[in-house]
Amino acid sequence: MSEPVSETVGKPVSETVSETGHGLFSDRPRSPWADVLRQFRSHGGAVAGVVILGLLVLAVVVGPFLWRLDPAFIAPKATDMFKMRNLAPSLAHPFGTDQLGRDQLARMLAGGRVSLAVGFVAMLISLFIGTTVGVLAGYVRWLDGPLMRLTDLFLALPLLPLLLVMVMLFRDALASVLGPEAGAFLLIVGAIGLTSWMQAARIVRGDVLALKEREFVLAARSIGTPPHLIVLHHILPNVISPIMVAATLGFASAIITESALSFLGLGFPPDFPTWGRLLFEGVEYMQADPNRVLFPGVAISLTVLSINYIGDGLRDALDPRLRRR
Amino acid sequence: MLDHAIPEDLVTVEGLTMHFPIHAGVFRRRVGAVRAVDGVSFSIARGETLGLVGESGCGKSTVGRALLRLCEPTAGRVVIDGEDVTTLDAARLRAKRPAMQMVFQDPQASLNPRMTLKQIIAEPLNVHTGWDTDRKLARVRELMEAVGLDRRFVNRFPHEFSGGQRQRVGIARALALNPKFVVCDEPIAALDVSIQAQIVNLLEDLQERSGLTYLFISHDLSMVRHIADRVAVMYLGRIAELSPREALFARPLHPYAEALLSAVPRADPSRAAGRRRIVLKGDVPSAARMPPGCNFSTRCPRAFDRCRTEIPRLAEVEPGRQVACHLFDPTKPAAG
Repeated sequence: MSEPVSETVGKPVSETVSETGHGLFSDRPRSPWADVLRQFRSHGGAVAGVVILGLLVLAVVVGPFLWRLDPAFIAPKATDMFKMRNLAPSLAHPFGTDQLGRDQLARMLAGGRVSLAVGFVAMLISLFIGTTVGVLAGYVRWLDGPLMRLTDLFLALPLLPLLLVMVMLFRDALASVLGPEAGAFLLIVGAIGLTSWMQAARIVRGDVLALKEREFVLAARSIGTPPHLIVLHHILPNVISPIMVAATLGFASAIITESALSFLGLGFPPDFPTWGRLLFEGVEYMQADPNRVLFPGVAISLTVLSINYIGDGLRDALDPRLRRR
Repeated sequence: MLDHAIPEDLVTVEGLTMHFPIHAGVFRRRVGAVRAVDGVSFSIARGETLGLVGESGCGKSTVGRALLRLCEPTAGRVVIDGEDVTTLDAARLRAKRPAMQMVFQDPQASLNPRMTLKQIIAEPLNVHTGWDTDRKLARVRELMEAVGLDRRFVNRFPHEFSGGQRQRVGIARALALNPKFVVCDEPIAALDVSIQAQIVNLLEDLQERSGLTYLFISHDLSMVRHIADRVAVMYLGRIAELSPREALFARPLHPYAEALLSAVPRADPSRAAGRRRIVLKGDVPSAARMPPGCNFSTRCPRAFDRCRTEIPRLAEVEPGRQVACHLFDPTKPAAG
């Protein structure tokens, strides 16, 4: 940035403008996304997070096509099956095998798809509900009481009985329409999303209440900006930080909750691998075979950690005050 | 009271009242009200600047906001350019907004930190015009030049500017739709003294160029003396005196205006030495528990019995000068 300026010292300003056509000194409006990207790239942790998460996603999306062992394959003859059980990592089975002789790598790859998808979709659902409830409660005065009491209600509800009821009511209906796996997926992301939005809602409401009284919102009202545009342009961009934090935390807890649900038999069918289920199955064998918990544990930790860093970098990049020119 | 049918008046305010209810107890019963603004009436002619002065908490900002209906007044009429703003429905109020705009006190707080200058200044254009991007950009540049901002700043964010520059952005935004009436709510209170003069001069220039009408709210008496044509002195939600600038500063009539103006520092030491400084005793009463008669009666050095029982009306006591004080009651000329 300093180079063109030092070259043109002494020249009239107008020439400088025309030379650095779309640079810092341009009078054309420019999209701030280039700045956002630049700031994001300068955040080392965020870039590492993107790379690691990208690799994980790539692995679970492309991996099953390269590593063609069936994650559910159990040797049909009992003697073969016994020989295949609990193998240590080898070339044939890089991550070893489980107590039924199934290939752990194939199970990790298949399970990762589900876990990442569940985490992502459940996070989106809970963010959407949480942000909507928070903004409405904070911005529309007469909705504040009812919505916050609803939030308190959800916070006070014992989660497991609620989930049990949801599963009892909807599992068979959804399974008959969408098949057992898609049905379970929808049920689980729905259940997790519906029971994890409260924190986000409370944080967002608090921020909206404070923002609503700021003078720039008053200024927007005096301009005549309709309420939905005030929320969209003035409120939401300024509550992005807590939303980001809630999102990264929500992703992690969604993956963990899914595994807990599956463990209780409320989630996916028992033979259906997810990272959380692999972790729980491995706990029994942890003493004999630490790899059983190590691999899914590391995968979950890496995902959560990289998402946390991405969220951190995004939050910084989206704040013009932190962005360097 | 002036005849509000006279077309020269752009803004006519009659009995503007703004009470904020106080709720208390388990059942949130209404136990009283903060009388922030209590029956304020005035009018502003086209192209005129009315200064509104008073100490902190006397309701001047609330008057400004109620005028633009940024808060719903409890009672009263606000006629701006022939239309009663207080009764307009949401759609017609929005259509009316371009004619009346506001410049805010704190330029830091009144600009969205996540918007670029272009987005901030173009917001009124987005809401009220169907212009295409190029035309809006041209207007934004025109406005930036009008308020003395470099047009190359379009992509900058508010935090990259000094207070004075930010206030210029706020002014550009207020002027984007060619308003007729601008409420300046202490536009210079948050600025350095050297910058204050620049902003006031800018406001005067813009007024001259586009025939704006200002309500200039301030507690800075010398600035008001500089910019205002007429000055309204407010005390505890009511107007104490409304007079032409020169007359008021030369000879304030209302005892409160007299005390207030005696506090203005004079640059000339010889005159400063001879002046009489009126120091009021006691504190301003709470706006939630107003004294029964004249709201200034608790501190007025010249109060008599009638002041403590009867609320004085704002009445014309000399040509062009309105005072709300029993001392100047035209029906019973007691003192002068």
